[in-house]
This record gives sequence, C-alpha cells and structure tokens, in this order.
Amino acid sequence: MNLHELTIHEAHDLLKKKEISARELALDVMRRIAAVEPSIDAYITVTKELALTQADQADQQIKNGDAGMLTGIPLAIKDLICTRGVRTTCASRMLENFVPPYNATVMEKLNQAGAVMTGKVNMDEFAMGSSTENSGIKITKNPWNPDRVPGGSSGGSAAAVAADMCLGSLGSDTGGSIRQPAAHCGVVGFKPTYGRVSRFGLVAFASSLDQIGPLTKDVQDAAILLTAISGYDPKDSTSINRPVPDYFNGLSNNIKGLRIGIPKEYHTTDGVSPDVTAAIQNAMSVYKDAGASLVDISLPHAPYAVAVYYLIAPAEASSNLSRYDGVKYGLRDQKAISLIDMYRETRSGGFGPEVKRRILLGTYALSAGYYDAYYKKASQVRTLIKGDFVKAFEICDVILAPVTPTPAFKIGENADDPLTMYLSDIFTLSANLAGIPGLSVPCGFSGDGLPIGLQLLGNYFDEQTLLNTAYAFEQATEFHTRRPEIKI
Amino acid sequence: MKLTRTDVLHVAALARLNLTESSIDPFAEQLGAVLEYAAALNRLDTTGVPPTFHAVDISNVFREDVPGNHLDAMDTFANAPESEDGHFIVPKVIE
Repeated sequence: MNLHELTIHEAHDLLKKKEISARELALDVMRRIAAVEPSIDAYITVTKELALTQADQADQQIKNGDAGMLTGIPLAIKDLICTRGVRTTCASRMLENFVPPYNATVMEKLNQAGAVMTGKVNMDEFAMGSSTENSGIKITKNPWNPDRVPGGSSGGSAAAVAADMCLGSLGSDTGGSIRQPAAHCGVVGFKPTYGRVSRFGLVAFASSLDQIGPLTKDVQDAAILLTAISGYDPKDSTSINRPVPDYFNGLSNNIKGLRIGIPKEYHTTDGVSPDVTAAIQNAMSVYKDAGASLVDISLPHAPYAVAVYYLIAPAEASSNLSRYDGVKYGLRDQKAISLIDMYRETRSGGFGPEVKRRILLGTYALSAGYYDAYYKKASQVRTLIKGDFVKAFEICDVILAPVTPTPAFKIGENADDPLTMYLSDIFTLSANLAGIPGLSVPCGFSGDGLPIGLQLLGNYFDEQTLLNTAYAFEQATEFHTRRPEIKI
Repeated sequence: MKLTRTDVLHVAALARLNLTESSIDPFAEQLGAVLEYAAALNRLDTTGVPPTFHAVDISNVFREDVPGNHLDAMDTFANAPESEDGHFIVPKVIE
C-alpha cells in the first residue's frame, strides 16, 4: 500500500485503528516528495524534521486515544501563510529569507488539531497570477502534463495534492486562486465565504477579496479541513462570529429537490472549449438524474467581473504592498545612500514584473483624477454584481458553472499578454467580489487527458449545501479517483 | 485609453518603483490595454449605486483594551535588515 495515495479520511481511519503510524505516513510522503519533486517543482521548502517531530507527537496523541480527524495528517501549506520559525517567501525575492515570528491563525488551528506540516508550496508571487509562472522561485509543472501550467496562484498546492506529495493543502483564493488550480490539476478546491476563515497571518494581497481554503483529493477531505480552519478570530476583525458546523459529519449526498441555478451569461461566454462545455453539460445531466432541478437564472453583470476585479484587486494590492520598503523585514538594497533611493531600489529589485504591473495599475486607479473613474466606478459595479447573486439565490440553492474556459494551458503560452491571462479568470472572479463561497470538483477530462473542473457557487455561509452538492456529484462519478502518472 | 511613458513614470514614482528603460513601453501598452478593457464599465449607469468596499457587511469592531500576551517586541527585529538596541536603522534622512 502506498500511504501517500491515501485521502485524509482514509488515513485517519487507518491511524485510528493503529494499522499505520503517523511516522510511517510522514516518512512515506517524504519519500514521495523526494521522488517526484524534480519533475513537479511544487515545494519551496520541505520541512522534513518538523514533520517527523509532529508525527511523533501525533502518534502519542493517537496512543492516548484523543486523535482528531487531522491528527497525524501530512499537509502542505501555501507559502504566503505565516509559519513560525519556517521561512515564508510568498514566492518573492522580497521575502526570500523572511522567517515569521508568529503563526497564522489557521496554522495554530492545524497544530492544535495535530496535523503534520510537510512544507511550504509554490505560488505566483504574492498570489498574483493564474499559472504559478509568476513565482520568483521556480516553475511548477502540471502533474498531468509537465508542459502545462498547474494553474495559480495556489499552483504548488494543487500540484502537490494531485501528485500525492501531501494528503491535502491550504491555499488562498482572491479571484479564483484555489478553484482554478484545483480544476487544472483534477483535485477539489474550496473558497469559503469571505469572513468564514481568519486571514490573520495570511500575507495580504487584496484584503477585501482574500480567503484561505483547502485543496484536497476529494470532497470529504475538503469538509474535514474546512471544519478545522473556520471560525471567528479576534485577531481578524473581518472574520465573522457565527457558529461553525461540522461540515464532515453534515455531509449528505441526497440532493433531491435541490435547485441548481444555470446562469445564462456563463453558458454563452465566448472562448469556452468544447471539452469544457461537454463536461459541464454532462454534470448537469448527472444532477438531473440525482433528482435536482435545473433553474435558469441570470447574472446580468457577470460579464463585467474581469474589469471590476482588475481595478479593485490591484488597487488594494498597491496599498498592501507599500509595506515592503526595506525597513522592518524582507529585502533591502544595501547600496542606496538616501532613504527614498533605498525604498525605490529595494522595491524595484524585490518585486517581479507581474507584481510591478499590478502595483502600477492599482496606483493609477487610485491616483488623483482617476479615482472616481476607475476605483469608485468598479466598486459601484461590484455592488451590482453582488446584487445579482442575492437575487439569484432567491430562486436557487447553488449555481453551476465552469471554473475555467479551457483546460490548463502550456507553460509560456500567455506570458507576454497579461490581459488574455486576466480574461481566463472570468468564471471565478465574481465569487470573490460578492464574497460568496465556491468550489471546484473534478468533472471530466479533455481529449488530451487534462482534467476539467466543475464550479459550484453557494449562498453566504451555506458551505454545507455546497459541499453536499459536490459530494453527490462525486458519489455519482469517478473523475476524482483518477491520478496522473508521473514520470520519475 | 492609451497610457504615455510620462503616465507610467508618474505612477511608478508614486509607487516608489524605478523602471528599467526597456520595461516602460511594454508597461504602457499592457496597462493601457487593461484600462481600455475596463472602460466597458462606463456602459453601465451607476448613478446612485453605493460602492461596495467589503463583501460582507460589518461595521467597526471594537474590543476592550486589556493587556494580553503579544508578540515580543524584540522578536520583531529578527527579520530586520539592520537594527540596533530595539531600533530599525535606515539610511540618513537629515543632513
């Protein structure tokens, strides 16, 4: 038995029955990482020693009879979630040597739950990108085809889960950064309602859009991880004080009578590949067979999501990233003799081209004379996009859509054309702008063997219905059980 | 919406970024393309529509001002490029 191939819930069952130990599991995952990392390049930092220490503690916990669902489970963490004593780079030269003095709240929760950290995984620099090609550290490959991108920005997380280099992962989603790589790598990715999970210790990109969420091998695992990381945190004043259900025990595949909204705008979007259309059509018929009803809905402002997002997110980023000035932590240019030159040289040397592009764009949208025309206008249209969803959820329980217009593109294919890259985010951005939860679940494969994701969007704080809808799909199909063959 | 080199250099100065000569024209072109695309928003009448700055409605969150266990001040200097006696050192500001 290859332990690294297990899902979280399978490993938990074996650990609890003491058929395997957490140490054996951690060692097996470490061997797997060593074997496939040269082909995949998912990890920025592997924390083998820490993992084994945590695994031994987990084994003790299991022996004492107080093992939780995540006790002894090896997880990979996106490298923008602060981990005390473990380098957190955001895949940027700016933070290449940054060692956080504190843990993100989600890490405190995982540690409390007895989870084992395998390491920190790759991403687009500061989470800005849809392909992980913007990493300042390395280029991650799609485990299904090394010529293809894994998606992004949580590309390292998605690739590590798909290649069995961890049992699950935490990523972050600002405009699709969990759902899109999950779709491209054939795994499950979940973006919670804004405020469901604490952002304390998540390095900020666009604060009104960022959420942490799980990437996993199946929906049950997503429910386990989501339960563990959710909840109010006094350290994040935007987290919401609402009870957290046990999403795993609440799972049900009975969706009889469920109303699934089909937005006409998403199903008439240009540039959607025939493979994606066919997989989405198939998903709709799977749901009909399972007893759900399909309801036609309209999200009239959905086509404006790309324009709104690519003004608001860069505006927030330009403000958030002003903190990288070479004074308190991170890179500093040592040659500059004046303070202002030190700021400029540090920032110019530390940020990669996409980060600079977004800082410039955001600074422009916020600058005198353009604020009303760009930032304010976009924020008003954001209200309309949000209103579309509120109205839609009066007549449906979940919304069904593609995650991406096409399967994973080739590495380098969109490198010189940022706008084309941005346009590929059309289906995922609205959920962040509105703050609603969304997920991606494997729903098919293209003719050349690349995975395709189904996106489900839910009402505010109705994560359970979303998980159940995806769980019902998973129970009726086998796409999530397929694994890539990786040449070692 | 075309951006000029002057526009790009102005915004770069505001953002405390030095741009290499060869990157200015591509940035002008790429940012111009995004702004041109974003001009589609002007097709929508947003008169009287309040802006959304936060997805989930929350008002100010206050807490009691009570002492607690917080990050040790000296730990925050561990990542400082240059520090001395609990101060960050920067290049000279005043002649």
